[in-house]
Amino acid sequence: MEDDRDDKDAPPPQSLSRRGFIATLGTGAVAAAATAAAVSAAGAATSTPADAAEMVRVTLTINGRRQRLLVEPRWSLLFVVRDQLGLTGTKVGCERGECGACTVLVDGKPRYACMTLAVEAEGTEVTTLEGLMNGEELGPVQQAFAEEDAFQCGYCTPGQIMAVEGLLRANPSPTLEDARQAVSGNLCRCGSYPLIFKAVQRGAELRKRRTT
Amino acid sequence: MSREDTYWTDDVPDQAPAQGPAPLPPWTETRIVGKPVQRIDAYERVSGAATYAADVILPDMLHGATLRCPHAHAMVKMIDTSAAEKMPGVRAIITDKTPGANIPWYGNSRLFDPHCRFEGEEVAAVAAETPYQAWDAVRAIKVEYDVLPRISSEEEASAPKAPALTDAGNRVASGKPYERGDVKAGFAAADVTKERTYTTACEIHAPVESFGCVAKWDGGNYLTLWDTTQGVFPIQQTVAQLLKLPLANVRVIGPYMGGGFGSKLGASKYEFIAALLAKKTGRPVKLFVTREEAMLAFGNRPPVKMTIKAGVKKDGTLTALQMTNVGIMGAYRAGGAGGADFVVRDLYLCPNVRVEASDYFINAGPSRAFRAPGHPQGAWALEQMMDELAEAIGMDPVEFRLKNVPAISQANNNLPYSTTGLKDCLAEGAKAFGWQEARRKGTGAGAIRRGVGVAAGLWQGGAGGPPSTVIVRLFSDGSVNLNMGASDIGTGTKTIMAQVVAEELGVPFERIRIEHADTGTTQYASASGGSKTVPTESPAVRNAALDVKRQLFEIASAEMKLPPQDLSIVEGQIVSKSDPTKKQAIGGLAGFRSRAVIVGVGYREPNPRDRVTRPFAAQFAEVEVNTRTGEVKILRFLAAQDSGRVMNAKTFANQTFGAVTMGVGLAMTEARVLDRGQTGKMVNANLHDYKVPTALDVAPDPICLPIDLHDSFSNTGAKGLGEPSTVPTAPAVANAIYHATGVRCPDTPITPERLCALLAKAGMRT
Repeated sequence: MEDDRDDKDAPPPQSLSRRGFIATLGTGAVAAAATAAAVSAAGAATSTPADAAEMVRVTLTINGRRQRLLVEPRWSLLFVVRDQLGLTGTKVGCERGECGACTVLVDGKPRYACMTLAVEAEGTEVTTLEGLMNGEELGPVQQAFAEEDAFQCGYCTPGQIMAVEGLLRANPSPTLEDARQAVSGNLCRCGSYPLIFKAVQRGAELRKRRTT
Repeated sequence: MSREDTYWTDDVPDQAPAQGPAPLPPWTETRIVGKPVQRIDAYERVSGAATYAADVILPDMLHGATLRCPHAHAMVKMIDTSAAEKMPGVRAIITDKTPGANIPWYGNSRLFDPHCRFEGEEVAAVAAETPYQAWDAVRAIKVEYDVLPRISSEEEASAPKAPALTDAGNRVASGKPYERGDVKAGFAAADVTKERTYTTACEIHAPVESFGCVAKWDGGNYLTLWDTTQGVFPIQQTVAQLLKLPLANVRVIGPYMGGGFGSKLGASKYEFIAALLAKKTGRPVKLFVTREEAMLAFGNRPPVKMTIKAGVKKDGTLTALQMTNVGIMGAYRAGGAGGADFVVRDLYLCPNVRVEASDYFINAGPSRAFRAPGHPQGAWALEQMMDELAEAIGMDPVEFRLKNVPAISQANNNLPYSTTGLKDCLAEGAKAFGWQEARRKGTGAGAIRRGVGVAAGLWQGGAGGPPSTVIVRLFSDGSVNLNMGASDIGTGTKTIMAQVVAEELGVPFERIRIEHADTGTTQYASASGGSKTVPTESPAVRNAALDVKRQLFEIASAEMKLPPQDLSIVEGQIVSKSDPTKKQAIGGLAGFRSRAVIVGVGYREPNPRDRVTRPFAAQFAEVEVNTRTGEVKILRFLAAQDSGRVMNAKTFANQTFGAVTMGVGLAMTEARVLDRGQTGKMVNANLHDYKVPTALDVAPDPICLPIDLHDSFSNTGAKGLGEPSTVPTAPAVANAIYHATGVRCPDTPITPERLCALLAKAGMRT
């Protein structure tokens, strides 16, 4: 993958993702209010303050591809990914950091794209569901979700898959408890959680098989 | 019975199609039906290839946003859109005054009625180039409201000087009281009588894909809607009727949808708002509502207060059941109310039953059908009462229930059930769960207590029935196209129908494609709700496949000079049953090649009139209660489920687990909270404060135990699954908590705070 970041020295976004929050608190649907502070730190990557509706230039790396875009500073990464780039594998659920449907990986870590401003993602590597595909072939976690029937309507599924992908990148051999914690910020209203836990184990197997 | 009780037939046309020959019996042996095959659309759903309505992006598309009343009860005095109209990107603003907006809704109300009877009712809408600009404009619209006295509870609605929300007052009886036998005599004959009031809180459907559509006009009178819905045809009907368009000119497309649970059975206002905005601008408009709007204005499971009185003899015979229910349906009648009494009428043998129900209007979002309307609420009361009675007569709760299992439907003129697995659900479930051992095991002595509980349930619907029309097309290379109108709302409908086709035509899954849920190109089906989709569609699909087979064998019989009954299809070849060396590739049949395609049509036959078809369930929970913190952990869960034939073992188990998860939400976490004392507004209109169960709230490894008694009410024998499987969950958990602590929890949700208070009162909290 080409390294085409414009500013390698730019500080990382100073936000605490809700997911980080969940990891520290270890409970279910916990508070997202703290991310308001994260939002205010947005735009740190751009040098000049801009009017809310004034377009600013941003370069994003999404699924290894460099995208130069004009965005409003207030646009979320979710809006840019879905509506500007047409990558609709990432779903919109609540737009307030509560449901996890929009989970993407930012520098390999699961993050809610609705609570991340597009300008905030500059200088990071963003991976969406589409980025897990190898051409038309499913990635190991996607394959595991299909095999274990770890979804019903399938709408929260991209977010679940990204949360599990993030887990397995950090922890290739998770326990059941690790799995439950990892997807605890991703609501599945169809209630397929037990099968998602199975898919985590299956995904871990498939990943190991592909890397060896 | 009122229309609301039978919501799953609301959109069904009055006329059933002409009856064909008598239905076939179900299969005795299957090769692929019932097997745990992977979903036919698994790839689409995990790769991102599946396009949900929320994903639709059209060229030149605008984005809509809706201005909603911020008050629980108010009259719009004035709307000033002048500032909003001048804002960047704004292309149209519509209000009650806009030509074409006078669309009737909720009886006497209309699309943007100035009299707003609940927080979140629609006032105006905007279309703009981006959703951000649309919301800027919504916020810039100036509205003057007269805030009116509001009603936020049953107590306020029934107060002597309460404002009347409808001309008929604030209270409506839901049908006549139901009565059989003589409850007075029944209670007199009882050895033990118990009475208690149970309540369930208001639950919000909260599908992860919100509510909305994309509307596009082609020319003046042809409208296409990409909609997130459980049924494209009901939407087509409502839109055509209210916009005065021919049915044929309304195309509704919805092959993928992100959850509904009853909230997406029919049209909402957004289809009309999007259509009006699209018409005014001459451009496609996408209108999806925010999460907060979805929580406020798109339905809920109405809260019910249920007072239940029951009488029993020492030997476990029920002598009388009496139930009085008061529900809260919100500001308007929009479905989903009532039904809480049905379990009392039909689940257990009881000669003397009386139920009475009424509902209150209040200034809050109207209820909609929510997964087995009324049934989980009714089971919450009945199944805890059954536990109370069992304890009072010193009988095991499973044994007590088994003693009262009916073979007939007492609520339906004592007709026999086509099959009833209630007994097996209880007995086999108890065995598989290890009920006896778990029940005998001590509950513990310290702060952590353990207990097990059982509950049973049924669902009033779940038989399915006409109308449904399905088309199966066989191409000359042996591949198949299945064309049906039904939505697959996540239950595996498409996969199951493909299994039926594969069973009859011997086609591998990779050679079956499905077109569905599109009023422009697929056949009529009612909405996917009422647990009737598989019971309705699978027999029609089988009939369509059999129609193909009949035509194919006619051609082959003439060319191969063999009688049709000697023919079978094996891997794309016609093979003689008596002499398997005689075979012919399907594509090699000259008579077939000359036609290029064989089209088979299948209809759903009516169900037998002399039987009642109904799914049953029994569930078992083991919990651990921390008596210091009030926290409850669900350690084990078993769901025994009689839904007739298991069509796909994988999706069957998955849907059952999902129903249990939702039942855990009812029991433990979910409640709409209205600011009763101050504003009447909903204070938890988001997914942070309104708690849908998470991965940490469910038993990690539940067991699904299917009970299949080979029902032959249809040619597939599949009964409904999605709703009955959520009915017993909450009381099973509550009964387990009671077993662990001796504390009865009459109100949902059993939050730690609430349980702590109950434990303290019982002297259990040290």
